[in-house]
Amino acid sequence: MSLRSGQGLHVAGSNGSGKTTLLKIIAGLSNDYHGSIGWRCSNELNPVIDKSDLLYLGHLTGVKSLLTPLENLSWWVSLCLPAYPIGSDEITRALQQIGLNSELNTPCHFLSAGQQRRVALARLLVSQQRVWILDEPFTALDHSGISQIENCIKRHQSSGGMVIMTSHQVVSNLELIQLNLADYQQRPN
Amino acid sequence: MLVSANENFSSYRVFTAIFFRDLTVYFRYRGSWINPLFFILVVITLFSLGFGADNQALRVYSPSIIWVTALLAVLLSLDSLFKTDFDDGSLEQLILSSQSLYLSVLAKILAHWLVTGFPIVLATPLISLMLGVSLEVLPELSLGLLLGTGILSFIGAIGASLTVSLASGGLLLSLLSMPLYVPAMIFGAQYLQDAIAGWPLMPSLSMLIGLLLAAVVLSPLAIMAGLKLSVEA
Repeated sequence: MSLRSGQGLHVAGSNGSGKTTLLKIIAGLSNDYHGSIGWRCSNELNPVIDKSDLLYLGHLTGVKSLLTPLENLSWWVSLCLPAYPIGSDEITRALQQIGLNSELNTPCHFLSAGQQRRVALARLLVSQQRVWILDEPFTALDHSGISQIENCIKRHQSSGGMVIMTSHQVVSNLELIQLNLADYQQRPN
Repeated sequence: MLVSANENFSSYRVFTAIFFRDLTVYFRYRGSWINPLFFILVVITLFSLGFGADNQALRVYSPSIIWVTALLAVLLSLDSLFKTDFDDGSLEQLILSSQSLYLSVLAKILAHWLVTGFPIVLATPLISLMLGVSLEVLPELSLGLLLGTGILSFIGAIGASLTVSLASGGLLLSLLSMPLYVPAMIFGAQYLQDAIAGWPLMPSLSMLIGLLLAAVVLSPLAIMAGLKLSVEA
């Protein structure tokens, strides 16, 4: 299995088949695996993706409920993109674009589940990373939110980025290589 | 040269981002810094009531009373150090940041100490009044607590990093931290005793400073490993 610049991978499988575990392993969060992962054609030399090239969005999004969307996103920008001069106006614009207008300065625990998800997904709009690993990005999003994220992923792919994602939603709008974990499961003898 | 300057700037930016975010969170959730302070004041009040009019006994035991209550106050607050970050996924983002986790851990502990340990230091005049300790040793007492709460925070954070993925790791956290706390406890109480009795302070003070420096430099290494293990589980 290999992924080139501009390609995307959709990891499918039933609940408990190990989708999240696979994504965590690729992201370098877990070392509990057999086999090898390569990055930039090097096999095993540097097995994990460069951290500065990786955007990982898991089930737990890392949005602090006591902070406002603005604070959350600017914290993430300082943490994951410290070398890029992304100003506060750009952060505000990203949040507005994803549909948070009046809630910019409201602590996140007052927001709905979908809006909190949007706070996390606004990272995609400011992202400079080449690889996106998204674990169920569409959870709690409405239709317009889903199509917005899909467009975002398309744009990322067309500019040479890679996407690895899981989703139970139909992702027919996206050009993704399908990887079904059911094909790799050991069958009970 | 330019690259390394940029690197330094990035590390600095990550450090301040984590430090000030944590401070903001702590100030919006007041319990996090009021609880330890309230705890230590209540326990010391109870002690001074319990000893009654026997001022002499209170003065003899006050160094160990101060240290034990400070230790328990810090221990109680440590449970929350990495917990919320673990629960909402910020910890994964911290680990995946391209900047060194060492500095991130340092920033988190410093922010935590500033809202839990430092108020205890500020309350030293009150504590020494309640325990009948002469106000002449107030500077020494404050310095002892300043160094002490720092040591306790850094060492206790090792336990906190290991128990963060457990639903109720409070008891395990105390069990893990207790043996590591023993040297700090011994030299810390010794220092306060020396100060109150008017003995030379240098030996116990230098031990305390040494312990603090070692804890600041070395404990983040253990904490990094602990956090990575906890996220993997």
